Amino acid sequence: MSESVGSDDPVGYIQHHLTNLTVGEGFWTLNIDTLFFGWLIGGLLVFLAWRVGRNLDPGKPTGVQNLLEGILEFVDRMVKDIFPVTNPLIGPLALTVFMWAFLMNAMDLIPVDLLPTIARHLGVHYLKVVPTTDPNATLGMSIMVFALVVYYNIKVKGLVGYIKTFLTHPFGIWLFPINIVMTLSEELAKPLSLGLRLFGNLFAGELVFLLVALLPWWIQFIPGGAWAIFHILIITLQAFIFMVLTIMYLALAHQSQDGH
Amino acid sequence: MNATLIGQLITFAVLVWFINHFLWEPITGMLENRKKRIADGLAAGEKGRHELELAEKRAVDQIKKAKGQANEIISQAQRRAGEIVEEGKENARAEGDRLLVAARAVIDQEMQQAREQLKSEVAGLAVTGAEQILLREVNRAAHKDILDKLAAQL
Repeated sequence: MSESVGSDDPVGYIQHHLTNLTVGEGFWTLNIDTLFFGWLIGGLLVFLAWRVGRNLDPGKPTGVQNLLEGILEFVDRMVKDIFPVTNPLIGPLALTVFMWAFLMNAMDLIPVDLLPTIARHLGVHYLKVVPTTDPNATLGMSIMVFALVVYYNIKVKGLVGYIKTFLTHPFGIWLFPINIVMTLSEELAKPLSLGLRLFGNLFAGELVFLLVALLPWWIQFIPGGAWAIFHILIITLQAFIFMVLTIMYLALAHQSQDGH
Repeated sequence: MNATLIGQLITFAVLVWFINHFLWEPITGMLENRKKRIADGLAAGEKGRHELELAEKRAVDQIKKAKGQANEIISQAQRRAGEIVEEGKENARAEGDRLLVAARAVIDQEMQQAREQLKSEVAGLAVTGAEQILLREVNRAAHKDILDKLAAQL
């Protein structure tokens, strides 16, 4: 399967794997594969949430309910530890971020050629399986988080208070031109670093899998297996970091200026 | 970057809403209920333990009291038995005395009777003896006072 493409033209093979299935042109291009797998995994989460949430058994929790309870309590404890005030949106937000990012990352563990090969037989010639290797997916989440950060900043500090942090932070009012640049870049770095960190890690991971796939088939399982096992740590850790930073940024947005 | 971003933004918002509504709220509510139920159960257990302790203490008290009462009853009974024995002894002694007195009276009476009889017999014997000695009939009437005096001296 992969040998035929890979051995002929390794660069072409990798580039082919890193090309999205698209419709449209320019900005209005849609990455169908990213959206499809994002929705597929989101749909899985929705289905699980609906199934488990409807038939909760308080006395004897079993199976998926146990798992979700465990994750939920872990996230809830984290939110309560970090957050200065109670906000009922943060918990579900963090939980969604964690589960969705984790499951999208986990697509990376499916053999790199499996789904694209199936798709080729169905007449689809480009397929990127892992949504988090597409910056559109990761930035989608981080920009939503950023929008919430701005919203809560204005809600807690007031519009004037929020603008004042741009003028007075970090050097005091007399250096306000520098302050504006500093704070603005600091604020904009939040969603960028949040989204690009996840994207970068998963993209690099995918790239390693592709490089492993270029090796002869009888040796692939050694570096491939090792990297897959190590990757389990990475996908969990990246999802966890994304969640923790989401909570952190929103917690900072809830503090009044003097605590900033 | 392209319009996929917008799609993902919307997807994310929908997901957060759904997870919140169908997973987070039910589970947190259930966990809260469970916490309360466990706390209630523990409190009830604690209460039960406390009551058991009290009941045990009460039982020990009851047993102690019962033992005390039993001891009292036994000592009372012993005292009463002593009294009864004492009474019996007293009664027996009194009865013995009474019987003794009655026996003495009977003996006295019988002695008296015997003496009377003896007296009369002796008087008769004396008269007969005197008759035989005198070989002559003595006038009983003439000598009656002498004979009576004799008899009285016996």
